[in-house]
Amino acid sequence: MNLDYAGLFRALAPETAIVVGALAVLGVDLTLLRGRSLATRMNVAALISALSVLVAFMLNGTCPCGRCWVGASGPVFGGALMFDSLANATRGGILGLVLLTIGVSTGARINRNPAEYLSILLFATVGFLLMAAAQQLLVAFLSLELASLSLYILAGFDKTRPDSAEAGLKYFLFGGMSAAFLLFGFSLLYGLTGSIELNHVADGLRHQGISPLLIVALVMVIVAFGFKAAAAPFHLWAPDAYQGAPTPSAALIASASKLAGIVFFARLLWSGLGFSAGNVSYAFTSVGWLPIVAVLSGVSMFVGNLAALAQTNVRRLLAYSAISHAGILLLGLIAVSRNGTSPIFYYATTYGIATAGAFGVIGVLERQGGCDSISDLAGLYRRSPLLAGCLMVFILSLAGVPPLAGFFGKFYVFAATLKLAGLAGVAGWLTILAILFSAVALYYYMVVLKQALVVAPAKDATPVRVPIAAAVTLVLAAIAIVAFGIWPSVLLGAV
Amino acid sequence: MNAFPWLSAIVFTPWIGALILALLPKLSPAASRGLALLFSFSTLAFGLLAASGFNASQAGYQLVEQHRWISSLNVDYHLGLDGMSLLLVLLTGIVSPAGLLASWRDERDTRLFGLFFLLLQGAALGVFLALDFFPWFLFWELSLVPAFFLIKLWGGPGATRAAYQFVVYTIGGSAFMLMGFAAIYAATGTLSFVQLGQLAAQGQLVAKLSSLSGFWPTAVFLGVFLGLAVKVPLFPFHSWLPPAYAEAPTGGSMFLTGVMSKMGVYGFLRILWPLFPTQLHAAAQPLLWLALGGVVFGAFAAMRQTDLKRMVAYSSINHLSYCLLALFAVAAAGTTNTAATSSALSGALLQMFNHGLSASALFFCVGALEARSGGLRGLNDFGGARTAAPVFAGLCGFAMFSSLGLPGLNGFIGEFLIFRGVWGLTPWAAAVGCLGLFATALFLLTFWQRVFHGPRKGAVAGEFADASKLELTVLVPLAALMLLFGLLPQLLVGLFNPLVATWASHLLP
Amino acid sequence: MSLLPWTIYLSFAGAALALTAGTRSAAAARWTALTAAVASWVVALLAAKSFVPSNAAQTLVDVAWIPQVGARYHLTADGISLTLVVLTGLAATAGILFSWNINERVGEFFAFYLTLIGGVYGVFLSADAFLFFVYYEIAIVPKYFLIANWGSTNRQYGAMKLVLYSFAGSALVLAGLIWAYAISGGNSFALGDLAAAATTFTHAQQVGMFFLVFFGFAVLAGLFPFHTWAPTGHVAAPTGASMLLAGVVMKLGAYGCLRVALPLFPVGFEFWQPVIATLAIIGIIYAGFVALVQDDFKFVIGYSSVSHMGFVLLGLAAATPRAVAGSVLQMFSHGVIAGLLFAVVGRMVYERTHTRQLGDLRAMPLHKLMPFAATVFVIAGLASMGMPGFSGFPAELSILIGTWTTSPLWTAFAAFGVLVAAAFTLRVMQVAFFGKTDAGGAAHHDAEHHAFAPITLAEKSGAVLLLGATILIGLKPDILLDWIVPALQSPLMQTVLKGGVQ
Repeated sequence: MNLDYAGLFRALAPETAIVVGALAVLGVDLTLLRGRSLATRMNVAALISALSVLVAFMLNGTCPCGRCWVGASGPVFGGALMFDSLANATRGGILGLVLLTIGVSTGARINRNPAEYLSILLFATVGFLLMAAAQQLLVAFLSLELASLSLYILAGFDKTRPDSAEAGLKYFLFGGMSAAFLLFGFSLLYGLTGSIELNHVADGLRHQGISPLLIVALVMVIVAFGFKAAAAPFHLWAPDAYQGAPTPSAALIASASKLAGIVFFARLLWSGLGFSAGNVSYAFTSVGWLPIVAVLSGVSMFVGNLAALAQTNVRRLLAYSAISHAGILLLGLIAVSRNGTSPIFYYATTYGIATAGAFGVIGVLERQGGCDSISDLAGLYRRSPLLAGCLMVFILSLAGVPPLAGFFGKFYVFAATLKLAGLAGVAGWLTILAILFSAVALYYYMVVLKQALVVAPAKDATPVRVPIAAAVTLVLAAIAIVAFGIWPSVLLGAV
Repeated sequence: MNAFPWLSAIVFTPWIGALILALLPKLSPAASRGLALLFSFSTLAFGLLAASGFNASQAGYQLVEQHRWISSLNVDYHLGLDGMSLLLVLLTGIVSPAGLLASWRDERDTRLFGLFFLLLQGAALGVFLALDFFPWFLFWELSLVPAFFLIKLWGGPGATRAAYQFVVYTIGGSAFMLMGFAAIYAATGTLSFVQLGQLAAQGQLVAKLSSLSGFWPTAVFLGVFLGLAVKVPLFPFHSWLPPAYAEAPTGGSMFLTGVMSKMGVYGFLRILWPLFPTQLHAAAQPLLWLALGGVVFGAFAAMRQTDLKRMVAYSSINHLSYCLLALFAVAAAGTTNTAATSSALSGALLQMFNHGLSASALFFCVGALEARSGGLRGLNDFGGARTAAPVFAGLCGFAMFSSLGLPGLNGFIGEFLIFRGVWGLTPWAAAVGCLGLFATALFLLTFWQRVFHGPRKGAVAGEFADASKLELTVLVPLAALMLLFGLLPQLLVGLFNPLVATWASHLLP
Repeated sequence: MSLLPWTIYLSFAGAALALTAGTRSAAAARWTALTAAVASWVVALLAAKSFVPSNAAQTLVDVAWIPQVGARYHLTADGISLTLVVLTGLAATAGILFSWNINERVGEFFAFYLTLIGGVYGVFLSADAFLFFVYYEIAIVPKYFLIANWGSTNRQYGAMKLVLYSFAGSALVLAGLIWAYAISGGNSFALGDLAAAATTFTHAQQVGMFFLVFFGFAVLAGLFPFHTWAPTGHVAAPTGASMLLAGVVMKLGAYGCLRVALPLFPVGFEFWQPVIATLAIIGIIYAGFVALVQDDFKFVIGYSSVSHMGFVLLGLAAATPRAVAGSVLQMFSHGVIAGLLFAVVGRMVYERTHTRQLGDLRAMPLHKLMPFAATVFVIAGLASMGMPGFSGFPAELSILIGTWTTSPLWTAFAAFGVLVAAAFTLRVMQVAFFGKTDAGGAAHHDAEHHAFAPITLAEKSGAVLLLGATILIGLKPDILLDWIVPALQSPLMQTVLKGGVQ
């Protein structure tokens, strides 16, 4: 094992920058900004956080000049971390989404301690960044836990509201459970192969058949994954957490966390457990974790789409939409063997932008009079044409309408799964199911847009004042959705 | 003379008139009437000019105009004149101005009336002159539109329903005809009547149509037949006719019966027969029965009418069925008797012309009665009109006796030739047809007697004016023509003699 | 020719400008929109002027777009595209003229409107299946907002139904296209490449793919029994949107069937051919009969659209060059005529009488009260009935002729459909416009009490444009047929079309 601490430090420069940023946020707030208004404290904290994320973004990846001291490529620190193009792209994506979340936070209702909120958000970011590169079970677990613990706090941050507390607790309980499953699964894998390095695990499994113990390990890992990704039937925390958590937290859970999680599990499952994947390309599946993923995918699409039809609360609707999107992401996971990870990377990133953007809009509205039920969006076109326009872009992207990014994401995933073996097998059928469900999904998305763009505002409705930072963020996010949709190559080229 | 597109001029001059009326919305009623009449007369003028240059000894088409129109459908703008066309153009030229004059006193939307009337006139002329299915069908269908509005907007209380029924029936027939021609085009690649006639003469049309199945030539024949039979109308497709004729304004009725009903017969002679001689031959027996049905039923139905207009309408069915009777008898018999064949065909052509004159004159008379009685036109609403209005009664009598077939008037010679021909071909049909003759005589004489004779009663009891100048302007020339063609039928026969000879020698199987 | 892509860009730019202009004044938005629409149309006409018909589609733009999936930004034009592009320009311009009275959220209205138009142009010019689909979907969503915001009767229901049907249809198309793309190796979306690859597909695959793609598109073309979105959507839509829906959007579906489904999967087509024809015929006749008994004026026109689109689909099902040429001509013709009918019903009549119930209209002698509307409707109605001299006639004639060689029975049924069309058109014409003529004096009495706003110049110009087009093409169908027929001889089309043009 080559423990190259200098290399590790270089590779983890973005994490360092963010940690420094998080500390700076806290420090500045505690020293310089005592007694200032909440808004000022929020804006300064957001500014510092954003700067640290930007710095991290610049330090991420390998500089093309080759002479810089930052950046890394390939395995680092004896293979504990892997900085391949996927990792770098994902880290970039995570940072982008976090930046979006920070921008959204400035417009949302954070009634107290904004600096703490943002610094915890930055700590969670560190966890995400490490997840994206983790190549060793222990590092993976630790980074996952760092991220998760931060998210529990973020979800329950608004202590004054019982909803938020409930969200935090529920998320915590489910998350803790899933962590236990994951840890159990990891320990079984270690027992089976004698290693916590993913490539050694893979080597170990290559020479073993499917044993009952391995199946238990796979099930454990997948269950944990299901919790993390909010895939049905492990999704029960999601609607409550999305509904109760402060909007930026929900945005983060739905976007950066999801991107980090899916890449983390893609790496774990394919490069670690790829030999016991089984097969779902044909009508007769063979044993492995793929059939389980396929089942989760199908169930998620079913539950997510059908339950979303019945929602009246915007956030719960977005939660169920998240579940259905998780189903498609899992479908993309199935196709990694044939098509690589770029479909799921693209999908998770653009989905993250859209959903975080949607939460951002809801956050702004929430601060000015509330936005619980879908009908609270009524007349948004008049109250704030800007928000209405942005919401339209985000929601239509979630619905998968071209030329927005959501469309290409879906298309790319579907094409990948169909390339496995056409309609000859389970993967193909799931794809058709997913395509048909996208027509169902359009209905509930249009219900949201109907309120925002068609229904007249309530009599007492007032114009919405959008904080400038939030406005800029949302507009940029909307532009990104359009741009990535029209030029998907920009994102795809990164992977 | 060939340099000038005479036939186009004939067809389009009325339409130009219509266009002018359409573009001058502020025109006074009097000016509109005058303008319409002027353009309406153009047909007679051009028709006579064309007739003067017409070489009557030739059977083929003259003054032909042929230009490429739609190359991808192989459609030509193709007009041509032969004896039959000329006859009908002249008829149109006579009946149209008369029709306009008949509605001279109608104050409702004079400009629009003239507009539709001229449109109708142009379309009818187009039908008589077009030699390619595409333009022919264009005129054929377009004629329905102004007719529809003439009936609907200027007609009687039941006009809406009558007009709707009339158009839907006719379009229904046309739809099947359209299907038939679609099939013909699909099989042969041409829509030209001339070319199709040649193909049919060589037996290729049927051969090409039956390439899919032997059933289809018959189906196509039936489709085309249906379109024409509804228009004539052939019994039992006639039920649209009495209400349409009865509800139409007088001018409209005159044109409908005088000209439009000829379009169907013309189609039978111009299209159905040349294209499907064998099918027509095969179907001729049952068709003969239908034609006889029209002859007899039309006459007896007319007898039972108390509404004078409906009576004349039914008599139209009866008279037109004579034409078809002749045609079907010829088609059924084949070449057995050339003299009888020529006679029957000449009779049919003459009958078309004569019926046009006499039936429109009759409608005019009924219209004149109606104008006097304030809208009443029942058989029993009048009585003794002869004493009240002797001149008028005399002129009406002319029309009636012409229609009845009194020797010396034009109606006689046509019916005589038909019966002579049919007698030579299928005597029993002629015998049955005579029933119709008797019935016609019966109801026309009833008409004559009830309305014009006896004591003055009903509408005649009060003030009952004699023929006005306007009525004289219409009826006197018509009566003169009836007399003229009754005495000198060869004036007309001469126009189409060679044509009939060609038909008799070429079109019989 | 190389200017043609600007139809797309001008429309999108016009959408953005109209949105901006709308924040200043309604008039500015209107004029911006009209300028954009006219400019695109002029571009289309200029292209048409320099168009040399040939059997090869002429490439306008071809650049790599998404190399990762092999999608190219590839625009081409042949006679079929050009016909429909010209139609789109015409319908868009006329539609804006008939939307002149939109008063609320004018900028947004025209922004959605022109986005829709831009998408439509894009579909007609795309030669890459991916691009095709992208533009296709761009044209779907604006419909929802146009109807739900500015529509009338039951607008939100109609809009949602319409957009869900469209989207469900496009989901089927997407499934079929991705399937074909994935099996072909996933390197190219060019229609030619996909067609070449499709020759190696199994019979079952072709049958399945054709089903997905064709019926997906056919939803938008109003194929029975997927047509139910059309009447409700048309009725709910504001006039300009109805005109576009019937005028060009339904054509998108038919165009997709013709351009994508047929040439790509000829084997699958052979399998489904009788089914399509049967459904098309049922659509023609069924929709005709339904139109015959409607009480709402606009529903009559809505169902008539379904009936007429049945002819288009029947022509496609017949798959002879003559029939398909007729179908394309019918697309143009129906686009113009349906636009005209909707304009009269929705704009001229409804905006003034505020009723569309035939029972109410019967009580008004509309031919006296608004003679212009009556005249336009009569002419449009005649054209819609397939009266010779108007564009519908050569189209229907070509379809009937072309269908005959495939199946005479279909021709016979279609001919019956012509009759039904005549019946319902006449009925609605006389009930709606010539209602109370029998009442004579009473009608005149009413006329004095109803003082309807005069027909505006915008309406008149729109009507004249469309009337001119239908008469011009009716008298000289060669203008379009000379473009269309060579395009049908392209190698791609020849794989599926049987026999030559006689």
